[in-house]
Amino acid sequence: MAEQELREFDVTDEQRELRAALHRFAERQHDEATLRRLVDTTDGFDRALWARLGTELGALSLAVPEDLGGAGGTCVDQAVAAEELGAALVTGPLLGTVALAVPALVAAPAGDGRDALLAALADGSRTAALVARLTTPYDGASAAGVTADGDRLTGTVEHVPDAGAADVLVVAAAGPEGPVLAVVDPGADGVRVQRCGSFDVTRPVGRVVLDGVTGTVLATGADADGALRHAFRTAGALLAAEQAGIARRLLDLTVAYAKERLQFGRPIGSFQAVKHRCADMLVAVEQARTAALHAAWAVDDPRVDDADLAVSIAQATCSETAYRVAADAVQLHGGIGFTWEHVAHLYYKRAVADAALLGSAEAHRERIAVLVLDTLGDDVREPRVATG
Amino acid sequence: MSSPTTTRPASDAARVAQAAREVVEAHDPLSVPREELFGALYDAGLAWVHHPEGLGGLGLSRGLQPVVDQIVTDAGGERMFAVNPIGYGMGAPTVVEYGPDRDQVGAWLRPMATGEEIWCQLFSEPGAGSDVAGLATSAVRDGDEWVVNGQKVWTTLAHVARWGMLVARTDPEQPKHRGLTYFVIDMTQPGVDVRPLRQMTGQAEFNEVHLHDARVLDAHRLGEVGAGWKVAITTLMNERTAIGGVTGRRGSGVIGEALGLWRAHPDRHTPVLRDRLAALWTRAETHRLTLARARRTASAGQPGPEGSVSKLVGAELNQDVYEFCMDLLGPDALLYDDWTMDRGRVHTDPNSTVQQRFLRSRANTIEGGTSEVMRNILGERVLGLPGEPRSDSDRPWKEVPRG
Ligand SMILES: Cc1cc2nc3c(=O)[nH]c(=O)nc-3n(C[C@H](O)[C@H](O)[C@H](O)COP(=O)(O)OP(=O)(O)OC[C@H]3O[C@@H](n4cnc5c(N)ncnc54)[C@H](O)[C@@H]3O)c2cc1C
Repeated sequence: MAEQELREFDVTDEQRELRAALHRFAERQHDEATLRRLVDTTDGFDRALWARLGTELGALSLAVPEDLGGAGGTCVDQAVAAEELGAALVTGPLLGTVALAVPALVAAPAGDGRDALLAALADGSRTAALVARLTTPYDGASAAGVTADGDRLTGTVEHVPDAGAADVLVVAAAGPEGPVLAVVDPGADGVRVQRCGSFDVTRPVGRVVLDGVTGTVLATGADADGALRHAFRTAGALLAAEQAGIARRLLDLTVAYAKERLQFGRPIGSFQAVKHRCADMLVAVEQARTAALHAAWAVDDPRVDDADLAVSIAQATCSETAYRVAADAVQLHGGIGFTWEHVAHLYYKRAVADAALLGSAEAHRERIAVLVLDTLGDDVREPRVATG
Repeated sequence: MSSPTTTRPASDAARVAQAAREVVEAHDPLSVPREELFGALYDAGLAWVHHPEGLGGLGLSRGLQPVVDQIVTDAGGERMFAVNPIGYGMGAPTVVEYGPDRDQVGAWLRPMATGEEIWCQLFSEPGAGSDVAGLATSAVRDGDEWVVNGQKVWTTLAHVARWGMLVARTDPEQPKHRGLTYFVIDMTQPGVDVRPLRQMTGQAEFNEVHLHDARVLDAHRLGEVGAGWKVAITTLMNERTAIGGVTGRRGSGVIGEALGLWRAHPDRHTPVLRDRLAALWTRAETHRLTLARARRTASAGQPGPEGSVSKLVGAELNQDVYEFCMDLLGPDALLYDDWTMDRGRVHTDPNSTVQQRFLRSRANTIEGGTSEVMRNILGERVLGLPGEPRSDSDRPWKEVPRG
């Protein structure tokens, strides 16, 4: 039975090893003290650690095909990594480079410039940001904040994650004949990248101003549209996985605290008001992990599900979960949960920021409503996992 | 790295699917009696694929059962679970694990699978619901038999049941968990008095069961004398998995009803209701996918605490979806006057109305363990949080206050 070949949610040995390796890396090389030190630096991350993430662990190159210097992984492999890196709040331009720029480049037509750039992004020697409107789900039209006249690019884009740390800008532009994907050197004349204070101190955003800058055009028309669509889908699945990782870590922290903190002569975790909230967090975390993994599977394989729908399910679910679980984690830690010293607020702020990027939960519910409610019953696609 | 499509051979699944298709072809669900179809599925090892061969199974992963169910329902057959839910979902795993001998177990299982012998669960009592282990019904040994006295309550399907899964107290001097023994009791004997209990829907699916010197063979005891709690846990874990674990296709089941109602009432569409339905649909879908993921990753063994997760989520989701349906219908939802007391064999009557289902859904967070108890289980057994202080665990049962 062909259906059974598709073993959605199977976990491979490689994925288990990847998860364990990233977990060890985070514990040893990126503990909370490191995180706090790094967010106070100009770049906000450590280039040497970043390069190790690329070369030693291969975590940056999972999306890059092997013949272009990458590890040739699937989106599911990447989601496993994103969940683990999110759980540890690993800093560095993961969203800009790994989740957005690399998938856009992978899906763009091959060419010397593109191939060399991908190899450099994969091994961590360079970093990138995708200059696009990243606050709404991709619909093919609204992503471009820049106009293209031939290879000359003009416009201002706000809230670009990791823009300040990017060695190269991958720009989504609107040309007279449709979308354009171009590469711009942030040091070129007419480019201004302004760091903006971000709510999420572990992930800076920037304003990118392009004033008639000459870029290298990688794709136009349907090619550019396809590359951007793929980038938004991939990033949506990976952001959701990151949110699931955040929620999972916060649940673990909260449960550990509820076991050790005593009040009224008992561990607070023995009080039902606390216990039941933890149980609800557990349920939410499991659903979030499912939704994120399902989206990654759908990005990899169109037989699993409509990728846009799966990504919207994941983003709507995971945004709410990370946000809710982070709020509950602060609450259940009591006064200490409200301090600067406790790590909870770093996660909470990441959860708030993640929920605003690539489309809010409401925006994704709207897309779900369009795809599911506004169609006739027979048009609704059935994911093949249904038969278990 | 890995390819998403072919990670493991699919031979067991293919084998099960092939066998199920053969049974369905030889016994067309649309034309043969249900007993014939289900009997053939039992004989082919497809009633419970994870059971041992000869006991309705093939010794395969329980994750493959949905393959069979899908083929049977696609061909127009009923789900075996729906016909005899308590027997099929909870009785079967209990008798397979603790049953006296293979002949007896087989004799119970086949008519259970075909629906010819309905089973019921005699756990709850007027004084012991969430705290099942506190129950008072007594069983006293008399030669090869036991004599049972007491009262059970909320017993679904007792009025049509041939067999009951009975937990009774055999030693009141022991603390509550240690004085219990588990039996399979003949519901058709004198001394078993079943009285309907009407519920808020008007129907009477459940009953009071009064036991006056009812007899049960010692040969129908499951597990050791005094070890009934362990056996009861098997039943309860399977109950949660059975209740929470029902998943069909995307957009089917309860959320499917809501979608159907939505499409049938375009005049009542508002942006607020549309958002609510999109949110419910998303919850239903992640719940469905999470069950699929749990099935994939579960080791082939016994149902674990994930049964409590799906029971909790499914129950609350059902209620929220039916509340949405009532709001969608607006004042028309009030137009309902059928409070006939019907005693249907099972509660999943496809002809019931939205109003009835809405009312019925209030039971979802109570039956099979309340949502509060599910959250305790998740908190304590999955997350390892400390239990509540208890005053009854080490005291002889007869000294513990009840009421
Ligand atoms: C439709 C239906 C069918 C049923 N069918 C069967 C059947 O076939 N066989 C059978 O044996 N039983 C059956 N039951 C019984 C069911 O299992 C019990 O009703 C249920 O376990 C709750 O017990 P109770 O009714 O005694 O409520 P109680 O245990 O008295 O609970 C009352 C309230 O207190 C809360 N509560 C109790 N203990 C705790 C605690 N430790 N922590 C927090 N809150 C707590 C409960 O959550 C609930 O809100 C059925 C029930 C229904 C509604």
